[in-house]
Amino acid sequence: MSLWEYANPKKFMQLSGKVMPWTILLTILVLGIGLVWGFFFTADDYKQGSTVKIIFIHVPTAMMAINAWVMMLVASLIWIIRRHHVSALAAKAAAPVGLAFTLIALITGALWGQPMWGTWWAWDPRLTSFLILCLFYLGYIALWAAVEDQDTAADLTAVLCLVGSVFAVLSRYAVKFWNQGLHQDSTILKVGEKDPIAAAYYIPLLICALGMVLLFVSLVLARTRNEIRARRLAALLARERSL
Amino acid sequence: MIPDLGKYAAAVGWSYAAFIVIIGGLIALTIYQRKSVRRALKEVESRMGRHDV
Repeated sequence: MSLWEYANPKKFMQLSGKVMPWTILLTILVLGIGLVWGFFFTADDYKQGSTVKIIFIHVPTAMMAINAWVMMLVASLIWIIRRHHVSALAAKAAAPVGLAFTLIALITGALWGQPMWGTWWAWDPRLTSFLILCLFYLGYIALWAAVEDQDTAADLTAVLCLVGSVFAVLSRYAVKFWNQGLHQDSTILKVGEKDPIAAAYYIPLLICALGMVLLFVSLVLARTRNEIRARRLAALLARERSL
Repeated sequence: MIPDLGKYAAAVGWSYAAFIVIIGGLIALTIYQRKSVRRALKEVESRMGRHDV
């Protein structure tokens, strides 16, 4: 059996219909445990006070904001190379989810930054590249909505996705490329190295990150199913009109 | 049960509220779209006598 068989809308609907209840259940379980642990059962940090609880939302959503764009990039490349409609629709379905994660990361970052840095916003490489990524998400969604022919829209948005990928990469590595600004480098992968994050925060943070991945998968599956149905509805209506 | 968030209660509270509102809104929108597109599809399919997807 080939992976490409699931590019068939009917097969995708069958498989996703079976998988989705489990991903939803796992999302509720894992994200619930992570957020409850992070919010209720972690002590205040000696420097950051209770604002440390914001990392359980900020870090996983920021991570997923970038990963969502990477997923859209892969789906767009599949569309460009193999012309599988499900991949184009999956990219379309993922965009609002990625935008939601980006907005949450920007808002929670500002809410954390004000008491810790003394400012809501700074034109720092990480923050600025994230804002540009947010604008790319908006542009991508607007482009899908603006073009009537869905195949043309898929082509144009795929190109936009390729261009936007530069900013998705910049968002992740901005701190490393330009070692300046307020935002610190990632601490998640530095456990055991210099300046590690304490295990008391690290474990619930990892659980929240896994929960956000599951939330993303569940939402993208649900929204892709909606898009496939909407595409079929449009095709049937067009056929009905032509009769 | 609610932890004492001290002077940063507003920042922490608004962060969790933003997450709940944005993700909750997206879930609600997804469910609404699912219902409306399924209803419309059923209507058209019953008119045309097709039940494939």
